[in-house]
Amino acid sequence: MKTVFPFTAIVGQDEMINALVIAAIEPRLSGVLIFGDRGTGKSTAVRALAALLPEISAVTGCQYGCDPADTSSLCDSCREKRAQGPLPTTKTKIPVVDLPLGATEDRVVGALNLERALADGAKVFEPGLLARAHRGFLYIDEVNLLEDHIVDLLLDVAASGENVVEREGMSLRHPARFVLIGSGNPEEGELRPQLLDRFGLCVEVRTPTAIPERIEVVKRRDEFDRDPAAFVARFAPAEQNLRARILDARALLPVVTVADEILEQAAKLCIALGTDGLRGELTLLRAARALAASEGTAAVTLDHLRRMTAPALRHRLRRDPLDDSLAGTRVERVVAEVFAA
Amino acid sequence: MSPFEAPFAPDPPPEGLAFCDAVWAAALLAVDPGLGGIAIRAWSGPARDDFLRHLAALFPLSRKMPLGIGDDRLLGGLDLAATLRAGRPVVAPGLLAEAAGGLLILAMAERITPGTAARIAAAADGGGDFAMVALDESAGPDEPPPAALMERLAFTVAELPGDTDWPAPHRISAARVKLPLVRTGDQALTQICGTAASLATGSVRGESFALRAARAAAALRGGTEIAAEDIALAIRLVLAPRATRAPAPPEQPPPPAPEETEESETRETETPETLEDSVAEAAAAKLPPELLAALAAGGPKRAARGAGTSGASASVKRGRPAGSRPGALGGGAKLSLLDTLRAAAPWGKLRPQGGGKRIAVRAEDFRVKKFKEQPRRITIFAVDASGSSAINRLAEAKGAIQLLLAECYVRRDQVALLAFRGREAACLLPPTHALARAKRALAGLPGGGPTPLATGIAAARALAAAERRKGHQPLLVLLTDGGANIGRDGQPGRAAAAADALAAAKSCRAENISALVVDTAPRGNPFVAGLARDMGGRYLKLPYADAASLSRVVQDQGGAFGRAA
Repeated sequence: MKTVFPFTAIVGQDEMINALVIAAIEPRLSGVLIFGDRGTGKSTAVRALAALLPEISAVTGCQYGCDPADTSSLCDSCREKRAQGPLPTTKTKIPVVDLPLGATEDRVVGALNLERALADGAKVFEPGLLARAHRGFLYIDEVNLLEDHIVDLLLDVAASGENVVEREGMSLRHPARFVLIGSGNPEEGELRPQLLDRFGLCVEVRTPTAIPERIEVVKRRDEFDRDPAAFVARFAPAEQNLRARILDARALLPVVTVADEILEQAAKLCIALGTDGLRGELTLLRAARALAASEGTAAVTLDHLRRMTAPALRHRLRRDPLDDSLAGTRVERVVAEVFAA
Repeated sequence: MSPFEAPFAPDPPPEGLAFCDAVWAAALLAVDPGLGGIAIRAWSGPARDDFLRHLAALFPLSRKMPLGIGDDRLLGGLDLAATLRAGRPVVAPGLLAEAAGGLLILAMAERITPGTAARIAAAADGGGDFAMVALDESAGPDEPPPAALMERLAFTVAELPGDTDWPAPHRISAARVKLPLVRTGDQALTQICGTAASLATGSVRGESFALRAARAAAALRGGTEIAAEDIALAIRLVLAPRATRAPAPPEQPPPPAPEETEESETRETETPETLEDSVAEAAAAKLPPELLAALAAGGPKRAARGAGTSGASASVKRGRPAGSRPGALGGGAKLSLLDTLRAAAPWGKLRPQGGGKRIAVRAEDFRVKKFKEQPRRITIFAVDASGSSAINRLAEAKGAIQLLLAECYVRRDQVALLAFRGREAACLLPPTHALARAKRALAGLPGGGPTPLATGIAAARALAAAERRKGHQPLLVLLTDGGANIGRDGQPGRAAAAADALAAAKSCRAENISALVVDTAPRGNPFVAGLARDMGGRYLKLPYADAASLSRVVQDQGGAFGRAA
């Protein structure tokens, strides 16, 4: 197993780091879209976050890694086993699964297990990437270059949390709930609005321009490359702190309250920005609650709402295809207006 | 010569270490494969073969990745031939695993698909223990290898040495031992990052690679400290090529790298400098609003013909793989072994002649590969931005292009933008889906100077032909007032310029490129009509204040093309 660069050792990129932490606290936000330049540590951050999070308990031997505590979404085989007695569990790492460009439908959805079919003529399902990403992260680099037919598959599964397979004479369904992390450069292609909508948060990252910051990036990378173990040990306390903060926030999240005036303000923001449907509002409130929880406060404040407006809404604006990227300035202007009123 | 060489005036190199840059890059990569690799921008030939041979000799093993490699071979998977022979699954490692500890040679890197590039990049990031050589044979800057790949290679080498000195193998192995002992000084870091900032190299990977290269160079020298000459070398090999690739923000141009002189000249001629230029830009800013408003009117008709133009044709011979279907072999159809086995597998025990565990494949199990031919459409706009055009209707031409861009968005076409003026044609925007960029490039397009029409048409033809080679469908839209006065040879002269333009038009026809010629002369120019005829394209006088009809014509053209293919 390759040593992973520590999450807390990433220099700068605060908006991306915060969004990833928020998504880890509240998986129902269903993902983060990271737009920006190459080489800004996007994939490093995703892998680092997964390594930081505590291990999860999964049903032993289950090929989907079912959650023994969540009995409503067990796969068929776990459900059968559970009828006979308590499920054996093991601790396992949170999966980070790469969905590479050009992946075939078979690999994404799963297919007939050729090995078993050849060996003993058995019809066994070989889980795909969606199954492997269950309860973890599905990472798509250059998501805007993903082929349309794979996007179609994702859209449905990401919304329903379940992969329904009807192919090659197989008919089955299994849970596939994952945090979708996409990254890409908007200059290289557009993203379909339906797919944009599946990402709860959207952040923009830029290559740092300040020389001291760049020096720090290069320096840490160099130290990590030369002696990974010592480097990881140096950041272990910071990692431990953040892990504890995320766990505390998760515990606090269910009791975080949202006052009526906050709800009203959220509605005003969404109306002023002209976002489609209610998903924008819902996401904004969820994100604000997660932010409040991450700061250990039990009530969402206007400040929480303000800080999450851009990441939760900037990719939901109706836009002109010829208009420039993510309209961050439009969001800023509206935020200023609504909060001034 | 080079502006960044001055502060680090190199001492004479130590004994046995006087190499040319390409050899240095190779040697540093051999010392530290973590540098990712080398992109070689050269066509096949004895110099490249020689270089590759020497480079490969520095590594314990080397593997070559052919173009169009499948996932099963790249990443490993079931070995079908062995599986069928043995009657049980035989798993073979992929090429990336086989190249561990050695050199991976990527042939024809500019044609590698983004998908393959993404897999290689993921393997390289995920601790893949191989160094890469990307053989980039691209003809010009319009068809670079996938950025995801190039980003992960420290070096770019364009000039290959003929007969030159190479480091002795014992030096490389000694340097490998020494490498972990080389210390990273703060001063080295500051110098590298400072230079990178002034060169606007973009991603921080550049600095990381430069630092690694400097450390490898120090190790190769036998030192444990990074010296000024190591930094100078790293900057020259790693940062300088990146600077040429990423232009700096306009207000702060980077000091040009030595090999950049040709490009910077181009840039100079592009900057507006005459009075005429500013006129064109002002006119463009005053674009009448009804041009865009007319887009809505064009909408419904477009939808009505949409079904006809989007047609992807199913084929058993070429295109993108799109699953398989039962069918007989022959006629060029390719057997999909995997799917054939899948079809046969469930019958395993029911088919007596299969015997034991062997799988019995029958003719009815045959599955042939199905391909979907859905060529990507690319609309190439070639815009006459000369002085005469600017006076005439460049602003309206820009408005018309904007309408067409909206059209392209709906069709999910790619667009490219070429402009010709003065003595040359320039590709302002290589094919892209990012229409906002096209709009920006268009807005910033100045007008002025004479009209090198033949050069413009030839450049458009070359781009269209290059796109066709990639399996895409080019559609050429030429906007001109036909006032050609510069010939192919760059010499002024109306008669020769007109003749050259017609010849260029005929060569478009020979290539069978589907074209639309928009006449932007005030009352139409018969010469442009003749040009369209010679091109085998459609002719359209740019109507006043009705750019919508233009966009309808492009639709029709695209439709005709879609059906023809």
